[in-house]
Amino acid sequence: MKLNGAQILCEGLVKEGVEVIFGFPGGRVIQFFDTFEQYPQLRFVLVRHEQAAAHAADAYARATGRVGCCVATSGPGATNLVTGIATAHLDSVPLVAITGQVDRPSLGRDAFQEIDITGITLPITKHNYLVMKADEMAETVKEAFHIAGTGRPGPVLIDVPSDVWVEEAEFKYPEKVELPGYRDVIEVYPEQVRKAARAIASAKRPIIVAGNGVIISGANAELKEFAEKAQIPVINTLLGLGSFPQNHVLYYGMVGMHGMAYANYALNEADLIVAIGMRFDDRVTSKLSTFNSKADVVHIDIDAAEISKNVKATVPVVGDVKGVLTELNKDIEKQSHADWLNQIDEYREEHPSHEIRECANILPQNVVGTIAEVSGGEAIIVTGVGQHQMWAAQNSIINKPRSFISSGGLGTMGYSLPAAIGAQMGRPNETVWSIDGDGSFQMTLQELATIQQERLPIKIAILNNGYLGMVRQWQEFFWGKRYVATPISGPDFVKIAEAYGVPGEVVTDRDEVKASIEKATGHDGPYLLDFRIEPEENVYPMVKLGATICELFEQPKSEVKTW
Amino acid sequence: MVASVKHTLVALVEDKPGVLNRAASLFRRRGFNIESIAVGHSEIAGLSRMTLVVDGANTVVEQVEKQLYKLVDVVKVTDITSESMVARELALIKVGATTATRSEILQIVDIFRANIVDVASDSVMVEVTGDENKIDSLLDLLKSFGIKELVRTGRVAMVRGTDSGSPIDEESVQKIKKRRKKQG
Repeated sequence: MKLNGAQILCEGLVKEGVEVIFGFPGGRVIQFFDTFEQYPQLRFVLVRHEQAAAHAADAYARATGRVGCCVATSGPGATNLVTGIATAHLDSVPLVAITGQVDRPSLGRDAFQEIDITGITLPITKHNYLVMKADEMAETVKEAFHIAGTGRPGPVLIDVPSDVWVEEAEFKYPEKVELPGYRDVIEVYPEQVRKAARAIASAKRPIIVAGNGVIISGANAELKEFAEKAQIPVINTLLGLGSFPQNHVLYYGMVGMHGMAYANYALNEADLIVAIGMRFDDRVTSKLSTFNSKADVVHIDIDAAEISKNVKATVPVVGDVKGVLTELNKDIEKQSHADWLNQIDEYREEHPSHEIRECANILPQNVVGTIAEVSGGEAIIVTGVGQHQMWAAQNSIINKPRSFISSGGLGTMGYSLPAAIGAQMGRPNETVWSIDGDGSFQMTLQELATIQQERLPIKIAILNNGYLGMVRQWQEFFWGKRYVATPISGPDFVKIAEAYGVPGEVVTDRDEVKASIEKATGHDGPYLLDFRIEPEENVYPMVKLGATICELFEQPKSEVKTW
Repeated sequence: MVASVKHTLVALVEDKPGVLNRAASLFRRRGFNIESIAVGHSEIAGLSRMTLVVDGANTVVEQVEKQLYKLVDVVKVTDITSESMVARELALIKVGATTATRSEILQIVDIFRANIVDVASDSVMVEVTGDENKIDSLLDLLKSFGIKELVRTGRVAMVRGTDSGSPIDEESVQKIKKRRKKQG
């Protein structure tokens, strides 16, 4: 059967189980878009800026575990995807980005809207392709989805010259990929697992740091079994939230720069760190030279290059987390670490880290806590980047995987709203809360149009403090309170939302927080809440710059109240 | 801290546009200090063999190896530093030469088993193969005559004995053959 390049790509997308494509048209993808009519099973979502297409596809992937898909035209369309692709790359998100390119005769001649997008995305993709013949399309699509979705997932870009869309080729979809240089199945060395088990058996103060890899691997049950059997406390990285039930007695919260102080103390005092699907990011370790050097490190990760990259592993275990933990659980004896757990409980009593102060204005922690309460911890929380992101991470209840969606590695402001679109499309029957800052929201608020157009019932909570709050906090702590460029005005968000056809309301009274969240939740359709919060509220705890993770700014005791 | 040692890595990579770019981009981004890199066809059609000289502590070299391995087009990476190997580099050197100095240059070239490959009125071109030390010594001796132009290939290396220093499994070879066939 002869098909053209565009049709072959669509056939491939259907074969790979793609249900939704986020994107924006343009001169070099018209030919591709023109075939959509023939493929009604591919739902196309028109965003208002290509960055949003990449974020939506990324969050769709995070929320579902499937490969996300986005498309943009050549030149500016392609470069607008870059932030979204980089976001996915840093957080190991499976994504296939498709871009149009100038036709083959024009390549390299600086034609209109020509840009070397494979060159640009070289360091931010797991792999990328420039398809020079329609004949190569089927194989390329097969490989792209395979590479994006297996091993340590990541984004793959396919760049297609416009004349390749219309070139015909014999279509036969390959059954498997033939990639001599790609290892998707990583064999676990039993000896390493046994070594890990021995290290765990002899540890007095072990701690599990569970990251995104647990969620990607779908290893929640295995992690729970492991922690319970060995009685090891569990702490999470930001992207690990949801990998372990937060109401579990062994759970001790998020670790790191804005982690719970007691989690940081525990990590610093441990004699064995069992790092699972995490990469010792600097937001976790603080300055590497100050990081716990007395602990042995069992490092379980599917990416061998992560082992001993930042923190030297005593026992490296390369492999898929689920497979490794399944083997490890067979070797683990029942243990007890009562003294150690008691010690961490004491840390927690001394440094509760969840405290907030007495305040006449609405406190952001309270807003996030109320969303968790009203949703029973069942909502999917999607954040932007900044103070609100940390408040969301600290105060949400995330008991299941793929339910806290946030740009961790790249820290992309403006992520929340377009990501909420992807999350809601992926899980249409669940409540999605976009928790955003007023600064972050203003970076991508045009996507309200997409939300309205697709009738997505996304609930938006803007924690509006009139500041680019995280930078302001740094200026307060480290730059003599010189608030340069951080006070930020905004439009009337409710009016903006209404103009886009999304209802909303301003909330200024702390006694109305709960009622407004209930109202938004009950509303049939999208709803925006503009919470005017205490303007100069800080995120506590916060690890001091260049210090150990135990040197933190904490909520001043004199101001603490309970709520 | 492990002392800085020069490591020789051999990578088998698929013959594809951009593969050198991918490797180079990786080294630049991660701040790996690559002394030299030499690429050419290997004995297997569709595969090139890349010889890299990396200067750095062992941990850094391990990262280079692992990160390189992650590239989809890279089939195999082997650190052959501790193996018994033959390492060679080729250099072309254009040296200033007058009628008075030419014979002296010729003598030096002879001692190094190098060749004169071109003669002009006021210069000669010398071709020399050997390890880096040999080439450095020759350059040192020729310096006083005036080096007008110099080009070096960077190290290529091969493990001694029958076995390949960077073996790849039969399955990978078959995959490459299949790909070659498909791509005509």
